[in-house]
Amino acid sequence: MSTVINVPSSLDDQGIEKVLEQLAAVPVDAPVLFDARHARWGTPYGLTAMLTIGQTRGEKATFSGPEADDVASYWARTGFYKHAEGIFQLTGHVPRGRTPGESEVLLEVTPIAHAEDVHNVVARIQHKAQQILQSLHIDSKASMGFAMTLSEACQNIIEHAGTGGWVAVQVYEWRKRLGRRVVVIAVCDAGQGFRRSLETTQGRRLGDRWDDGAALEEAVLRGVSRFTDKGRGQGLAGIRRYVGRWDGKLTVRSGTARLSIIPTWDDDVPLTKQLPAFPGAQMQIVIPERLTR
Amino acid sequence: MIRHIDLGSVLRGTVSEQYTNLVTRPTGNAVRGAIEAILGNEAEDAVTVIDFTHVGLLDYSCADEIIAKLLQRYDAREPADARGAVYFVFRGLNDLHIESIEWVLNHHGLALVAEPVDGEPHLIGAVDDEARTVWAVVGRIGACSALVVAEQSGLEPTQAERALVDLWRRRLLRRENDQYLAARVVS
Repeated sequence: MSTVINVPSSLDDQGIEKVLEQLAAVPVDAPVLFDARHARWGTPYGLTAMLTIGQTRGEKATFSGPEADDVASYWARTGFYKHAEGIFQLTGHVPRGRTPGESEVLLEVTPIAHAEDVHNVVARIQHKAQQILQSLHIDSKASMGFAMTLSEACQNIIEHAGTGGWVAVQVYEWRKRLGRRVVVIAVCDAGQGFRRSLETTQGRRLGDRWDDGAALEEAVLRGVSRFTDKGRGQGLAGIRRYVGRWDGKLTVRSGTARLSIIPTWDDDVPLTKQLPAFPGAQMQIVIPERLTR
Repeated sequence: MIRHIDLGSVLRGTVSEQYTNLVTRPTGNAVRGAIEAILGNEAEDAVTVIDFTHVGLLDYSCADEIIAKLLQRYDAREPADARGAVYFVFRGLNDLHIESIEWVLNHHGLALVAEPVDGEPHLIGAVDDEARTVWAVVGRIGACSALVVAEQSGLEPTQAERALVDLWRRRLLRRENDQYLAARVVS
C-alpha cells in the first residue's frame, strides 16, 4: 500500500518543504504516491525539486498530476512531464502531445550531467535572456551576466554533486510575495550535498559545529571549495555578486539546512536548520523586475 | 617573435565546432592545454596575443582555468614552475570578458595587459597605482631606462626601478639590457 504524499496547491520552494515533511517518516524504499491533483501552480524550483525527490526513491514512486487543464498544460510546457515519465509511474491526468518552450518558459526543465550540457543551456538562453531581461527593465548587458550565473549554477552540479541534476528558468508574476515579475533560475540535484562535499577539508576544522548549515555558510558565504586549488569557489561568489547587483535573492538548500541571501524586499531568514532531509543541493535565484521611475 | 592565438578557433578546434562560449572548467582546461601546446617549452622572449574577438561568453570558472593558470605558469615570480619568458597580450576583450577576468585576477593577485575592443591598452587586475603609472610611462614613450621612467613619473629612481622589475617579473613589461618595453604589439 502506497503512502500518499499531498502536493500542495502551490508547488514552489515552500510547497516542496511540505512534501519533504510528509516524506520524512517514509522509508526510502517504501511505495509512495505523490498526489498533485489539486496543484494550481509550479515554479522552476518546485518542478525540478519534485523530479529530484522522485530520483531519490528506492522504488519508483507514483505521481498523479494536476487535474486542471491549464496547470497540466503549463507543467507540460515547462518540460516537467517529459522527464517525469522516466522517473515516476504517472497516473491520472497526463497531458499528451504538448511541447515545451513557450515564451514564459525561458529554459524548460533540462538535465545537467556533463560540461556539454552547460554549453547547450548557455547557448539556448543567451538570446532569449536579453529580450526577457529588457522586459523586466534590467540592463541588456545584464543578460550576459545572467547566462554566466546560470553557467556557474549548473557547474555546481557537475563539480560537486557526483550525479546529474536539473535546471529550469522561467519568468512569472510573483504577486503574493512581491507584486512584480521575476525571472527565476532553479538548479536541483540529489547528489552528495555541501556537507559531504566539504567534509574532508572543513569538517575537522569546525568539529562539533560541522553540519549542513555550517557547510552552506562555508561554501556560499566564504567561497570554500573541496578542491585545494585557490581558484575554486569563485562560481558561487560570482553568483552572489550578480544577485546582489540586481537586488535578487539567492537560496541554497542542502541536507537539512537552507541559506538565503536576502534582499530588502523579502523577509526570509538567513539560515534555517533542522529541515526535513533532502539529498544533494538545491539552488534558487530570483531576479525581480526593476521598478521604473 | 609574435604569436597570435585566436581563442575562438582554439575552442572550436579543441572542444567543439559548435561552441562560441568559454564556459565550464573542463572546457577551460582543454583550451589552456591547447594554448600551452602552441607555446611549447622553448625559453624564448616572445609576445603572445590571445585574441578574444570570436569568443562569446567567458564565465568565472573558465577565466580561472585559462587565464589565471596560464599567467601563473609564466610568472617569473614563481620560479619553481615558471616557463620561458612569454609575454601575453589579451586582445578583443569586451566589458563582460573584462569583468570575469578582473574578478579572477584580483582573486589570485594577478594582472595582464588588455587591449579591449574599444579603448587603449591598459593593465587589468591586481596592480598598485605606482606600477600602473610606471607601465603607462613605458607604454607612452617606448623603450626606456628606470631613470627616464623616474623622471617622467615623478617617482624616486629606486621606486621606479622596483616597480619596473616587478612588472617585468610578472611579464607585464619586457626588458632588454637596462631598457624596459611595453609587452604589447604595435599594429
